[in-house]
Amino acid sequence: MNPVDKRRREFFGQAAAIAGAMIAPGLMLYEYAEAVGPDGASRPRAPGEPVSGKVRWGMLIDTTKCAPGCRECVDACNRENGLPGTTRATDSQWIRKVDLKDLKTGKAVSLPVLCQHCAEPPCVDVCPTGASFKREDGIVLVDRHTCIGCRYCMMACPYKARSFVHEATTGQSPDVPRGKGCVESCTLCVHKVDKGGTPSCVEACAAAGHQAIVFGDLNDPSSEISKRVRAATTTQLRADLRTDNGVRYQGL
Amino acid sequence: METKSARRAFWLLLAAGGAVLAVALGAAHYMEVHGHAVTGMNNQVVWGLPHVFAIFLIVAASGALNVASIGSVFGESDYKPHAPLSVLLTVALLAGGLMVLVLDLGRPERLVVAATHYNFRSIFAWNMILYNGLFAICALYLWALLERRLGRFARPVGLAAFAWRIILTTGTGSIFGFLVARQAYASGVIAPLFIALSLAWGLAVFHLAQCGLARLAGREPMDAELHARVRRLLAIFVIAALYFVAVHHLTNLYWAKQVAFERFILVSGAPYPALFWAGYVVLGSLVPLVLLFHPGLASARATAAASVLVALGALAFLYVFIVGGQAFPLEIFPGYEVASTFGDGRADGYSPSLPELLLGLGGLAASFLIALAGARALPILAPAEVAMAAPAPAK
Repeated sequence: MNPVDKRRREFFGQAAAIAGAMIAPGLMLYEYAEAVGPDGASRPRAPGEPVSGKVRWGMLIDTTKCAPGCRECVDACNRENGLPGTTRATDSQWIRKVDLKDLKTGKAVSLPVLCQHCAEPPCVDVCPTGASFKREDGIVLVDRHTCIGCRYCMMACPYKARSFVHEATTGQSPDVPRGKGCVESCTLCVHKVDKGGTPSCVEACAAAGHQAIVFGDLNDPSSEISKRVRAATTTQLRADLRTDNGVRYQGL
Repeated sequence: METKSARRAFWLLLAAGGAVLAVALGAAHYMEVHGHAVTGMNNQVVWGLPHVFAIFLIVAASGALNVASIGSVFGESDYKPHAPLSVLLTVALLAGGLMVLVLDLGRPERLVVAATHYNFRSIFAWNMILYNGLFAICALYLWALLERRLGRFARPVGLAAFAWRIILTTGTGSIFGFLVARQAYASGVIAPLFIALSLAWGLAVFHLAQCGLARLAGREPMDAELHARVRRLLAIFVIAALYFVAVHHLTNLYWAKQVAFERFILVSGAPYPALFWAGYVVLGSLVPLVLLFHPGLASARATAAASVLVALGALAFLYVFIVGGQAFPLEIFPGYEVASTFGDGRADGYSPSLPELLLGLGGLAASFLIALAGARALPILAPAEVAMAAPAPAK
């Protein structure tokens, strides 16, 4: 090999290495946004990175592990989202504990009810301004800037999952803007999920030792939630409406 | 020539209507500043008394076009002289209803957002287009009716208005009919039910306005033959509405999953059964039918009394339909006894507050003012009545 060819070969090699080094972070970021780990946990999303439709965030609530009287998930939600935590008929409750008793057998069940993050959300259909919307990853949200406070979404929601802000708010969290005259509901702690975190109710339930709520990607066959949904019989509330809920219940 | 007493009565009525409207605007401002916490509405009953008034006015607005439609579309020439008042009332009632609806929004100042952001899957968004379209069509219709040179356009514009109002009321009914999740609604029959209700309520309001304005001007309301026809028509509309209401409830009673709701609304869920049976069925429908059909009661006064009862029955019906429909808890867990801190499994109470009532009355006042001012500014009253009024002694 003559010296010229050798230098040329070295040049191409170095150029390829530099190009690779420049492209790789982009590819890795892309994979970061798209990929979902085997644990089903969320991955951080880069600023400006669009939400991926390949992900469908969901929850599995195991009612056999949910303790009657326990309100850890509710309290955690209130703390995380700057909600007052009071329970007047005009107060916001993004997640609530519901106690059930089978009318025939008397069997008692306790479970949390929150926005079901439907694939076919009636609240999004009826919203006149499009303020109610569903992200590509299945999270249903309210755009605070275009909500006119007509409450039609509250009429349409089959799960009573939405609250109207009836008076001026105090103690707001910087991550969770709220405002008098707008409708709001569980955001699936989107501000945490987008940073790779988990909804606060899920963490609180685990911290209390119940592990009754599993959060993850329903579209990823290797995620814990997918495995659990495959293995056990789960229920969607008001399945007759075919809203295809992101929140599933086990043991109901 | 307008008499002095008629002029004084006009200004007095204008002042009275203006005062009610001013109080209503004050109430709306109070609700906006303090939030809906000062109303009786809550997270269970999200639409309250303001919506009862607003829906009444919007549905009646569509029905008030009856008289104009009968003249322009169905060619009944006896009705034609009354068409301008019919169209004016549609505009007035629609404006009053929309005012209440907008002022009850959580963020009424964002009306511009509603006008610039449309979700075309939403029947609410479609209704905004339909309401504004009706205003435009009514303006053209009124112009064609009042401007002799444009008379030839009255029929095609009248036809457009007729079609538009049928679609509009279908849209208003479908606001409820499309609510798949709620036991009280989610039915295709609600759209034709609302059309039947609009025919009755609109004609009742037309008759009252016609009588009132004629009296103010010192004229006879309408000739006896036409009055007899209006009476029969109002009775038929009241029966048609009752029929659709009966079909709606009977269908529900046939479905096991709806029986609990029907028991609540028709029997046990006070105050709704009383309002439904005594308010809507007896006072709002059966008594008016007696007044309208009884041969010994064939006076304008009896028809006016029937019209007032039909309108009051309408408010009772809507209170049961809108508020009662929400008060019944959503059935998320059928077969279970349900309890929570958010009113699950419990029929929640709703006590309308004074500001809500004032806002609703303000809608009526706004409609009243528009009709009153319009009837004075435009040659609205039928020429036939002018002729009839001629022999009457000037007051």
